[in-house]
Amino acid sequence: MNHPCLVTLERDSAPRVLFSGDALVEVDLPAGTRVIYAKPPMTALQDVDAAIRYAINHPLGTDPLYAKLRPGMKVTIAIDDISLPLPPMRRPDIRERVLTIVLALLADHGVDDVEIVIATGIHRRMKAHEVRHMVGDRIFDGYWPDRLYNHDAEDRPNLIEIGRNSAGHPLVLNRRAAQSDLLIYVNLNFVAMNGGYKSVAVGLCDYQSLRAHHNPDTIRASDGYMDPKKSALADRIGEMGEIAHRELDIFTIETTVNNRMFDRSLEFLTKNEDDLNARERGLLKALVVSTSKLPQSARQAIFDRFPAPYGVTGVTAGATHAVHEKTIERCFEQYLVPIEGQADVLVAPIPFISPYNVHAFLNPLLVQVLAQGYLFNMYRGAPLVKKGGTLIITHPCTDKFDHEQHAPYIDFVHRLLPETRDAHELRRRYEEKFANDPAFIQMYRSGHAYHPSHPFFMWYWGENGRQHLGRVIVVGADNEYIPKLLGYETAPSMDEALYRAREGKARTLDITLLHVPPIIMGDVSLPGGRLG
Amino acid sequence: MAASYFDVDGTLVATNLVHPTLFYLVNQPTPVQTALRLGRAALKAPSMALAELVDRRTFNELLYGTYAGMTEDRLTLLAEEAFRKVLLPSLFPAAKALVEQNLRAGHRIVLISGALDWIVKHLADHLGGHEIIANRLEMKDGIATGKLLKPVVAGPEKARLIREHARAHGYDLDECYAFSDSYSDLPMLSVVGHPAAVNPDKRLSLLAKAYSWPSFDLRALP
Repeated sequence: MNHPCLVTLERDSAPRVLFSGDALVEVDLPAGTRVIYAKPPMTALQDVDAAIRYAINHPLGTDPLYAKLRPGMKVTIAIDDISLPLPPMRRPDIRERVLTIVLALLADHGVDDVEIVIATGIHRRMKAHEVRHMVGDRIFDGYWPDRLYNHDAEDRPNLIEIGRNSAGHPLVLNRRAAQSDLLIYVNLNFVAMNGGYKSVAVGLCDYQSLRAHHNPDTIRASDGYMDPKKSALADRIGEMGEIAHRELDIFTIETTVNNRMFDRSLEFLTKNEDDLNARERGLLKALVVSTSKLPQSARQAIFDRFPAPYGVTGVTAGATHAVHEKTIERCFEQYLVPIEGQADVLVAPIPFISPYNVHAFLNPLLVQVLAQGYLFNMYRGAPLVKKGGTLIITHPCTDKFDHEQHAPYIDFVHRLLPETRDAHELRRRYEEKFANDPAFIQMYRSGHAYHPSHPFFMWYWGENGRQHLGRVIVVGADNEYIPKLLGYETAPSMDEALYRAREGKARTLDITLLHVPPIIMGDVSLPGGRLG
Repeated sequence: MAASYFDVDGTLVATNLVHPTLFYLVNQPTPVQTALRLGRAALKAPSMALAELVDRRTFNELLYGTYAGMTEDRLTLLAEEAFRKVLLPSLFPAAKALVEQNLRAGHRIVLISGALDWIVKHLADHLGGHEIIANRLEMKDGIATGKLLKPVVAGPEKARLIREHARAHGYDLDECYAFSDSYSDLPMLSVVGHPAAVNPDKRLSLLAKAYSWPSFDLRALP
């Protein structure tokens, strides 16, 4: 019997409604198509503050937080940035709740030298209003900007090398964090590749440190990013993380949220289209029609308007490795849907948001990240699609970029991709030069742009998807140029895309639709227990 | 090897050409001379204001006319003080970091400015710059004539000077950078492969967006 989240389409099934950027489109898929829906949201904790207090008083693998404190010590608290969760969660954000309790505990123990660093890594600096949303008014007013600030991966005097990995790559970290008596990391774990050793080793490091693992070879060697046990990326970051944990005293607090991404008014978007009541069907139809008529900015405003009502499902604290194992368990419990066998064709709608475009347009490079990077990798066991199979995505692939956040992306897409799509060649010929571009670095430091190395890492992110997939076909592209730059084919309709995917195959195609968002991971087992 | 060319006024410092000139006018050997020079400058002010709107080169010539009769010794002597008291306090907080980033990239740092060479030289030294291309006063028997030596550094001439400088040093202009705050420096920005708008005025800001040039503000600390 099928898992309740698996639906096999029949001849009279309703059309599926899929995201195509910030629009919704109706798509008819053949009978027999397997649709994977998200699991229902896990039950949220009733008393989150009590759970936080319990976690820091009963940590895993280390002393309770209060036992580590002494008057006059220097403490740095690092927190995850706005790239998680998506969209930003309704206030109070879980980070505000954890910070409120931790700061009170520090004050009670005479710890006054406290600074809060937003662990942006090479992501863009968060804006003041975003920080306020994340940490709440009281903490923002008390700490911003002198004692609450963004990490700056180019602020040389305030970075320090704390060790080297087995290959000789340096781990350079935020000096304040590295030279504190205690570093407390407050994480919000959205997907299985977040958190753990990655928090400090990536969130507080510089570009040179990232090169050790953010490279095409590591990505190619990763059998999915969402299963840390099979991810070379997790291994190599882990090696850096171990250096950090050897040299620093780190107390980790990890939190998980359920998958309640949409406000109640939009919750029907996550349901099986055949199970909608008349009102929901009407609303869905209205959304499909209105998003096809409205200008892009208005469409974006619809989805930006409502912060997500995520519920907190767990808080764990203590030694990073032990804490993260519990966190991953909760992530898997929320996201994993058991799937038998791989598909010939995976259909994946590309929504309007990714970790790298909060409050900005999802540009073409980020479409690639979502397609071959994130959605292809949403599996444990084996990829959802067979080796050499087809990925069909729905997105307009508009040639549009946010000039403030994604300035270096524009050069990457329009100057470098026409030269080559080969990740190794891009790394060899352009990455370092680009990463040291003085103007783009200043945009990162003074403005709100991503670091100029970021578009390269975004391209590498798609590398294992590129190696595995036979082809990617875009349905609904508004131009031919961008898909071609990304190495994609285009099709005017889903029927045409499926027709192309069928070319040369005598038998019927196995088609799987990953009905995202919200996030879903396939727990894929192969016939005979064989894992891919 | 590449060079990074920096406009100065409005790009790296908040001052303009008038501020150091006023410093010189105020710091004359006697109060009477100071009063006389300030008075003459005030009479020229309307013409300068008009020239600023029409032609930057004419404005420069009118402005530097106020230096006529000052001795070279005095101008040189006061240059360090003018830099310390006028330019340095007006240096944008993130300007030094930007120049350092260009140095780290291995670029030759060239300040290109309509200001006078004595003062710009001090700024270049402070920032770790290698060279300056700036205006020079004509001297006769150690006394300023109030005229500028050619070439006058302003507007499109900056573009020609950059091309000439790059050619003389063997730099590939496609690899060079230029930084300016003003639409009037469009020619200078257009000759290099990597133009950037710094604290841009409205017209330059729109242009930078249209051409996807990097654009940022140095007026706040990173």
